[in-house]
Amino acid sequence: MSDWWNPDTARPFLDVRDLRVRFTTDDGVVKSVDGLTCSLERGRTLGIVGESGSGKSVSSLAVMGLHRTATNASVSGEIWLDGEELVSADDEHVRRLRGKKMAMIFQDPLSAMHPYYTVGDQIIEAYRIHHQVTRRVARKHAVEMLGRVGIPRPNSRVDDYPHQFSGGMRQRAMIAMALSCDPELLIADEPTTALDVTVQAQILDLIRDLQREFGSAVVIITHDLGVVAELADDVLVMYAGRCVERGSAEAIFRSPAHPYTWGLLGSMPRLDRERSERLLPIRGTPPSLINVPGGCAFHPRCGYADLTGGASASEVPRLTEDQARHWVACHLGAGQRSRIWHDEIEPNL
Amino acid sequence: MAAFVVRRLLGAILMLFIVSIATFAIFFLVPRLGGATADDLASRYVGKSAGAAQIHQMAEKLGFTDPLPVQYGHFVTGLVAGTDYSTGPTTVHCPAPCFGYSFITQNPVLPDLLDRLPVTLSLAAGGATIWLVFGVATGVLSALRKGTVFDRAAMGVALAGVSLPIFFTGLLSLSIFSYTLGVAAPGNSYTPITENPLLWAYDLILPWFTLAFLYAAGYARLTRAGMLETMNEDFIRTARAKGLPERTVVVKHGLRAALTPIVTIFGLDLGLLLGGAVLTESTYSLPGLGKYAVDAIVNNDLPKVLGVTLIAAFFIVFANLIVDLLYAVIDPRVRVA
Repeated sequence: MSDWWNPDTARPFLDVRDLRVRFTTDDGVVKSVDGLTCSLERGRTLGIVGESGSGKSVSSLAVMGLHRTATNASVSGEIWLDGEELVSADDEHVRRLRGKKMAMIFQDPLSAMHPYYTVGDQIIEAYRIHHQVTRRVARKHAVEMLGRVGIPRPNSRVDDYPHQFSGGMRQRAMIAMALSCDPELLIADEPTTALDVTVQAQILDLIRDLQREFGSAVVIITHDLGVVAELADDVLVMYAGRCVERGSAEAIFRSPAHPYTWGLLGSMPRLDRERSERLLPIRGTPPSLINVPGGCAFHPRCGYADLTGGASASEVPRLTEDQARHWVACHLGAGQRSRIWHDEIEPNL
Repeated sequence: MAAFVVRRLLGAILMLFIVSIATFAIFFLVPRLGGATADDLASRYVGKSAGAAQIHQMAEKLGFTDPLPVQYGHFVTGLVAGTDYSTGPTTVHCPAPCFGYSFITQNPVLPDLLDRLPVTLSLAAGGATIWLVFGVATGVLSALRKGTVFDRAAMGVALAGVSLPIFFTGLLSLSIFSYTLGVAAPGNSYTPITENPLLWAYDLILPWFTLAFLYAAGYARLTRAGMLETMNEDFIRTARAKGLPERTVVVKHGLRAALTPIVTIFGLDLGLLLGGAVLTESTYSLPGLGKYAVDAIVNNDLPKVLGVTLIAAFFIVFANLIVDLLYAVIDPRVRVA
């Protein structure tokens, strides 16, 4: 319906193809994102899940073009936003899209807001970069936005500094700032990690409500599967800079197909389980992104690597469509994985 | 806020009082503790051929024969309420704040100080402007181009600036710009800005840059370190994510946050300088407070030394107060508490 101006009608609103982000450091080249492909339509929410250092944040910063100022970063591949390719676009063009067409919410709103400017000033600034309006108009808009994200007495709170807000209110203000220019793509990078549990649910509700209202495409980055279950339509599981599993949220939760996803599910505490039962953490630690294990990056930590006949150590598994709209990158056969999930994993969760 | 200011002002006055006691003690009590009598002290201020009676007369005239607390009381009374001094046959009234009379020239100290202050003020103000602009600009550029040739060169020059003493850079620049090239004043001259602003600047340009080179170097390093830190902050990423042009990100968001320690140091440096830029003034023979203090110390002219010390202490205490108040303006997080 929305593609009449887009000559490439098959292209989704956000279409990331073979995205690679590398950082040159003194210790070597860090391959933070190594060939990521994903897409997202307007009005949908994509959850990106993975451990720290799996490349979730780095890929979203790449979409925002925020690696451009880092002298040691190199980004390749294609990022199509609304029919426009961003990796090859010039800096100034991407800057104009930033904040307007695509906006981002960060993890810790206290450090993500400037301590020396009032919340209102920061929202006004965000609005006025992209709109030729007077300060007075922008201020009215800022007050309106603060009210919309549920900040009480926005008329007076607009002149407060970030440190005068509570954690949850600060994140609301951050969201108000990100949404002030009505972005079509909203990226939320661990938006609830730094917040109290009681506030987390409120913020998630807020994001969902605002998404319905604004109809934006939302990418939510998290290591918390609960957040994904709450919000996401589609889920992308990342490991060591690569996508290991991708599909609808329902498919991922109902029949997860990758051993790493099983591990993530197993490490999640659940109320309906006996307290004496131990969580099932993924053994080992995330790999160094300078020396990523050959083959499947997960194989040193995978309990089923032996079943692949050595393939997992020597060959990078391709992301293949296992079932309809459910992609997995694993050397194990589909039937084999399905059997392991039903017989060994699911009963123990 | 008002209570804070009042409290700090009272503290400042107390501090000045303590400084005056300490200075007084150093010049009048310490020699006594070393065994010097009133006459011993007075013997410096009479001719070489003076007899014992003449020396004793001088000691009485200068008040050395009084007990020390009385001497100090006299000094403070003069400061607060003014006092009378006998200069030989006549008695002169010295109105408050009376810093006393020179032991040697018999001139009141205060007019001298007020005479010298504009010179030091001109030197400090001009130098400070130059070092602030160059230091901060170099620091910002160095931080943004970290590791490049520019950064390395700038930091190398800055290291030289911090390390080279004023009497070296000062004499070197005098030799080059004044004696060889003839484009700057050869020192030893000062024209008040009210008389001829151009000549004022011409006379001061070398001292300004000499002073600024020393300080700019420190400010460049400080700014660079501060910018490197703030440019990695999350709020800088947020500023970029809003779509702000890089220049706005650097200046409005980065530099603004990195400025706090710079403002602090700047206030203190300026306060310190206003008490006399001793080396610069001596190197260029500028008749400022610093040169005045040096001359007074060489001549054992205690009231003058006491006067300069108190003025210097006043500026330092005052600068501290201003910096503390500025802090609240710069950093809103300080305001509430």
